[in-house]
Amino acid sequence: MLRDDYEMVIGLEVHCELSTKTKIFCSCSTEFGGEPNTHCCPVCMGMPGALPVLNEKVVEYAVKAGLATNCSIEENSKNDRKNYFYPDTPKAYQISQFDKPLCYDGYVNIETEDGEKTIRIERIHIEDDAGKLNHDEYGRGSFVDLNRAGVPLIEVVSKPDMRSAEEAEKYMRKLKSIFEYIEVSDCKMEQGSLRADVNVSVRKKGTEKFGTRTEMKNMSSFRSIVRAINYEAERQVDVIENGGVVEQETLRWDDISGKTFSMRDKENADDYRYFPEPDLVAIKLSKEYVENIRKTLPELPESRRKRYLADYELSEKAANFVTSSKYYSNIFEEAIKVCNNPKTVSNMLMSDIARILNEREEEPDEIKFSGKQLGELVSLIDKGTISSAIAKKVLEEMFVEDEVKDPEVIVKEKGWIQISDEGAIKEIVVKIVDANPQSVIDYKGGKDKALGFLVGQAMKETKGQANPQILNKLFIEEINKR
Amino acid sequence: MELYELTVHELADKLEAGEVTATEITKSYFDRIKEKDPEVRAYVTLLEEDALKKAKEVDEKRINGEKVSKYAGIPIGIKDNLCITGTKTTCSSKMLENFIAPYNATVIEKLNDEDAVYLGKLNMDEFAMGSSTENSALFKTHNPWDLERVPGGSSGGSAAAVAADMAPWALGSDTGGSIRQPSSLCGVVGLKPTYGLVSRYGLVAFASSLDQIGPITKDITDAAILLNIISGHDEHDSTSLDIEKKDYTKALVNDVKGMRIGIPKEYIADGINEEVKNAVLEAAEKYKELGATVEECSLDVGKYATAVYYIIADAEASSNLGRFDGIRYGYRTENFSNLRDIYRNSRSEGFGPEVKRRILLGTYVLSSGYYDAYYKKAQKVRTLITNAYNELFEKYDVLLTPTSPTTAFKIGEKVDNPLEMYLADICTVPVNIAGLPGMNIPYKLDSKGLPIGVQLVAKQFDEEKLLRIGYTLEQNTNFRDNKPTFRKG
Repeated sequence: MLRDDYEMVIGLEVHCELSTKTKIFCSCSTEFGGEPNTHCCPVCMGMPGALPVLNEKVVEYAVKAGLATNCSIEENSKNDRKNYFYPDTPKAYQISQFDKPLCYDGYVNIETEDGEKTIRIERIHIEDDAGKLNHDEYGRGSFVDLNRAGVPLIEVVSKPDMRSAEEAEKYMRKLKSIFEYIEVSDCKMEQGSLRADVNVSVRKKGTEKFGTRTEMKNMSSFRSIVRAINYEAERQVDVIENGGVVEQETLRWDDISGKTFSMRDKENADDYRYFPEPDLVAIKLSKEYVENIRKTLPELPESRRKRYLADYELSEKAANFVTSSKYYSNIFEEAIKVCNNPKTVSNMLMSDIARILNEREEEPDEIKFSGKQLGELVSLIDKGTISSAIAKKVLEEMFVEDEVKDPEVIVKEKGWIQISDEGAIKEIVVKIVDANPQSVIDYKGGKDKALGFLVGQAMKETKGQANPQILNKLFIEEINKR
Repeated sequence: MELYELTVHELADKLEAGEVTATEITKSYFDRIKEKDPEVRAYVTLLEEDALKKAKEVDEKRINGEKVSKYAGIPIGIKDNLCITGTKTTCSSKMLENFIAPYNATVIEKLNDEDAVYLGKLNMDEFAMGSSTENSALFKTHNPWDLERVPGGSSGGSAAAVAADMAPWALGSDTGGSIRQPSSLCGVVGLKPTYGLVSRYGLVAFASSLDQIGPITKDITDAAILLNIISGHDEHDSTSLDIEKKDYTKALVNDVKGMRIGIPKEYIADGINEEVKNAVLEAAEKYKELGATVEECSLDVGKYATAVYYIIADAEASSNLGRFDGIRYGYRTENFSNLRDIYRNSRSEGFGPEVKRRILLGTYVLSSGYYDAYYKKAQKVRTLITNAYNELFEKYDVLLTPTSPTTAFKIGEKVDNPLEMYLADICTVPVNIAGLPGMNIPYKLDSKGLPIGVQLVAKQFDEEKLLRIGYTLEQNTNFRDNKPTFRKG
């Protein structure tokens, strides 16, 4: 925890790979993976004489992202070259945007303990991704893979509006969720399609002046972002409290040691020598163009959340959770079409499904069953075919195989159909009451817990398949007879 | 008359009439190259085997009655900064000495559609930076009119080859005069098209906002024919304009009656050789005789063009040449222990002095703190120059100036003085700055027997007027009666 008298100031530069089929300046595939240097051509390999041609879809997706984050759209935009040498940058410059980004002055809202908070977005610009360096583990050298070179990126630059690691995480989750909803990116952090440069500084509470910031580049998991911010803020406070000065520098976060390390020597301040890209023409966007894109925007999480609160009477917590991811929200909407039970569906998402994903270290987009199947599962509970205890087991099964079987099939195959036959259950109840006379005495003596114990015994006996309502009823009847 | 002495349109007529085969024409050129190139040294790479194979294919197509282009089987020489698949593209640099292009430039694709035969790749100033071809890292090219003199540059190999009848025509590239100035010094026609008329895809970039590919030919008819072939919108080049395709040969009309020609007085003033100046004035008189009106005018802001040029061109070059880093292709130093050394040593050893000078200048003018003072200001002046031209073109159909302030100078004469060398382009540079079409027309020989050329400049995309007015001068004078002498001094 940061000392009470200090606060953090955090700004993020979020890089998000757009899910266009082809690269930003050539027609090569953007597909992830593939043998090294197979999704390449003279343009994205930076061959002498090759020229870029801007992919119009990239502009469309970026404008969409801008509109979904309340940005203004620049009608007279352009591309600029950012010059630097690195082996993964085949042209020795990145084609980015300097002074006329496509989108500017936006914001998103995040939910904090103190209510809604607005995080301002300074700009969103388009640029090409770099290739990848593969370092040989035997030290024989490094190899350049240019499959990723030229994959389109948007860079979303926030204002330094976040004051804790949690807020930074929430902000980034919000962006991820929005970009998933509007389908401009698959936002797969594990594949590097969503990553962030994190700027952190600290200052004494009550002061207005920002402290000196440090930057941690290329962070690609929420967990490391949170850990890195907390570590770095505390490190800076230590430096200041020990009479030192925080240096403005780029740091590398090491996830294993949980520490930041200095990356570049400070004398070499980068000078990217930006200038307008002479190989491309200006990007002129008409008002109609922008408005037509606005019309294609799907319902955004904010609006869905309000609808869930009003129409389905979900709790704030449940509505926030379900709309936090397009995948949850879509599953929810499909499921309730089948079972018409929004509460149970949202509870299942929030508790069991989230728990299982967490255990499996998976993200919502990796859920393999459909919303319809989840709806069917809830229907099975509602019809009394299975108990909610069994439903949890069915749900576990629904994560196992790639081709998810319908819940009804799983229940049948596993023989998990609930026993609701009173005759069959009665036999078990009598047997258990006979074997536990003390519990009968306890219950009659006013200890309600004793009933729970007996029901538990019966559940054990039936492997959870006995209908709990019938069990309850029959136990009370049987005890009252004694 | 030998086959190699003919123009392309003359060769095409003979091919059409069945008087000659593509193989005969191609052989004639290689014979001529073997005879003359040892002293001219225009070719960096010869493609004899491929050329003869291609010529044979075209001959068979004709025999089999297949429909082929009128110019099928006619050889061409290509400046060595244009990519041909599987062929070395050296840019006359040690950096790319062994670089084999993996793709075709768009102009090469267009020539392939016509079944062109490639004689070889032609020498140039390294990365097209220079005005004498002395900056080639490979070897110097000699002017066929006097082997002790430079052919001009940077397309010196292309101009010398055409002048020496070692190619019927050739492609060059022009960033600040690199087609027109060597054409002037070698006595051939050189046309720099409007920026955006010809795709730059596959032309190794020097200065992206100034580079254009264009024809170097024996006469203006051939320039129109080659422009027909190479012009047109290309989806691989965003700066190529999507305009209707024209037939430039229709502009070849021997008539300038009523045409208005302006002579900017700044280009017949101090700094221009007397004989060159007089040649321009003579040409002006000729035009008057032929019914055009000729007037003196002024392009005062033109005096800033060279300064603007060396800021913009070098800024773009410093970025364009970043990719030659020793990592993926091209020259890599043997002397390195870390990444920084690979960059530093590969580039130090792979680039020649003029290229390094321009990279340094370009890097400087783009540096933080200097950008506004140099690059941004240069762009503003560029707009002023363009506007000044536009005003002149409200009054005149074309402007007439010298192409080069002097005729061919001696090899070695200016190499130690880069500033003096830069002045070799004062008449041509402003045309690139404004993106206009310009053409060199060989006009006469000076007292030393060296060619003097005149330059015509038209407004954007008005190549037709350039060709018509140029053609009329050509038809009413007789420069082509002169032949290079291959003398030494």
